[in-house]
Amino acid sequence: MGHDRDEPPCGLEEHLFRRESGRLVAILTRLFGTHNLALAEDVVQDAFLQALETWKFHGPPRNPSAWLLTTAKRRALDVLRREGTARRFAPDLERFLESEWTVAPIVEEALDASGIPDAQLRMMFSCADPRLPEETQIALVLHLLCGFSVGETAAAFLKNHAAMEKRLGRAKKVLGEKRELFDLRGAGDVASRLPAVSRALYLLFNEGYHGASAESAVREELCEEALRLVALLLENPLTAVPRTRALAALMHFLSARLPARRGPDGGLLTLAEQDRARWVPGHIADGRRQLELAAATAEVSAIHLEAAIAALHTMAPSARETDWATIVSLYDALMRIEPTPVVALNRAVAVAERDGPARGLEEIAQIADRRRLAKYPFYFAAQGELELRLGHRAEAERHFESALALARNESERRFLRARMRTSADGRR
Amino acid sequence: MPEYVMLYRNTAAASDASSDSPEQLQQKMRQWRAWFDQLQGKGELKSIGQPLEGGGRLVAGKKKLITDGPYAETKDLIGGYSLIQARDLDHAAKIASGCPILESGGSVEVRPVRQMTL
Repeated sequence: MGHDRDEPPCGLEEHLFRRESGRLVAILTRLFGTHNLALAEDVVQDAFLQALETWKFHGPPRNPSAWLLTTAKRRALDVLRREGTARRFAPDLERFLESEWTVAPIVEEALDASGIPDAQLRMMFSCADPRLPEETQIALVLHLLCGFSVGETAAAFLKNHAAMEKRLGRAKKVLGEKRELFDLRGAGDVASRLPAVSRALYLLFNEGYHGASAESAVREELCEEALRLVALLLENPLTAVPRTRALAALMHFLSARLPARRGPDGGLLTLAEQDRARWVPGHIADGRRQLELAAATAEVSAIHLEAAIAALHTMAPSARETDWATIVSLYDALMRIEPTPVVALNRAVAVAERDGPARGLEEIAQIADRRRLAKYPFYFAAQGELELRLGHRAEAERHFESALALARNESERRFLRARMRTSADGRR
Repeated sequence: MPEYVMLYRNTAAASDASSDSPEQLQQKMRQWRAWFDQLQGKGELKSIGQPLEGGGRLVAGKKKLITDGPYAETKDLIGGYSLIQARDLDHAAKIASGCPILESGGSVEVRPVRQMTL
């Protein structure tokens, strides 16, 4: 990732520490066991502090990741020698760690850089523990795999620090009970937990894309993190199944639109208003490749359908010239798998594009369970938009006002205020 | 131009970096590198100096008594030093006032290097 970013003055890639933190915590936990997560985090923190003290004078080394891993490795060996018998470590490695003969080679082997992707994958599966609420699973992924501190994780989910600390603390205890990271080689285990992993990454991405965060910069970072973790799933044949490919495709197609989503004033722009020249071609190409690979099965999951819809948007030269008929039929299929009010609302908007705003409003009026959308600003904004197109300016203004009251951040508020002005102007 | 040593002292507050997030630590490093670059650019940095490890030995008195670390006496630790050139002590202190260590509660001790004057 990192499109159009300036090289930072210290010559380090942006967010390098954060990313390395996720990698190192995973591989150290592989060695120490999940019951020693705190120890793994300490060793990693120590490596960063050493890096800070040394690199600020000498500048970063040519391979900062290797430097950090070596430093962590040395420290891990110290810890194991000091606490060798006083503490229990990863059950499958424990017998090697008890003897001075084997401890150094096993640490060398267990902490080899080549094992990092596998350790991260296992950590991801550990985080998607069915005993944890979904929201906690995502927070855990962000904290342990993406290197967000407790405070940063709390900020990303608009939670207060103490509450997040408590939640993560409890979750770590649950992971600790297993003593080791989730084993993907166990028969049927991947299939049983992969949906939860995918769901956590999907929600992490969504939190960034549509999330309630007031801080816009944080949001796009979450999208990048989710995409990075999906890339890890794609690297392993056990997890690179068509559904994962579809998820990657969806994330790429949506990421392509990120740079065009906000206007010069920071307000959100609708699909129709976006300057499509600013959509990122690299993401679109990656999305198409993944979508093709996702089609290597007869299975059509909800994610497949969402990715296909996103793909159609990226293929259209403008909102008007979009293949809305196909999009409506894809939403019809999606409704059969996932008949939620949000999907129904999106379908209604597509119907409006195909058959006109009046038909769209009828569809919205027919959504079962409409009450569940009462807190969703887009529900009112969509109605406002369609009323405006029909020239019903008073109704439009009223809907935008309702949406404004529910708006979750400044970008949304800017967008809705502008919409209200448009509605009001025409009435004068 | 007269030369000055800057001694970077980490007080207990400054070592709170141990609870910084990876992102914050990287930010700190960026600030240090940017600061050194800036001094270099203005020709004020004579030598960037060296970072110092935390632990050490203290050798004291005629009996050459050796004890662990300098920490027994000083509650703040010198974490490194640099050598700068400045017009006078005030100028040197002004240069030191841009040091990122101050943001995290540390201090910079500025000492003129004794010149060989006749």
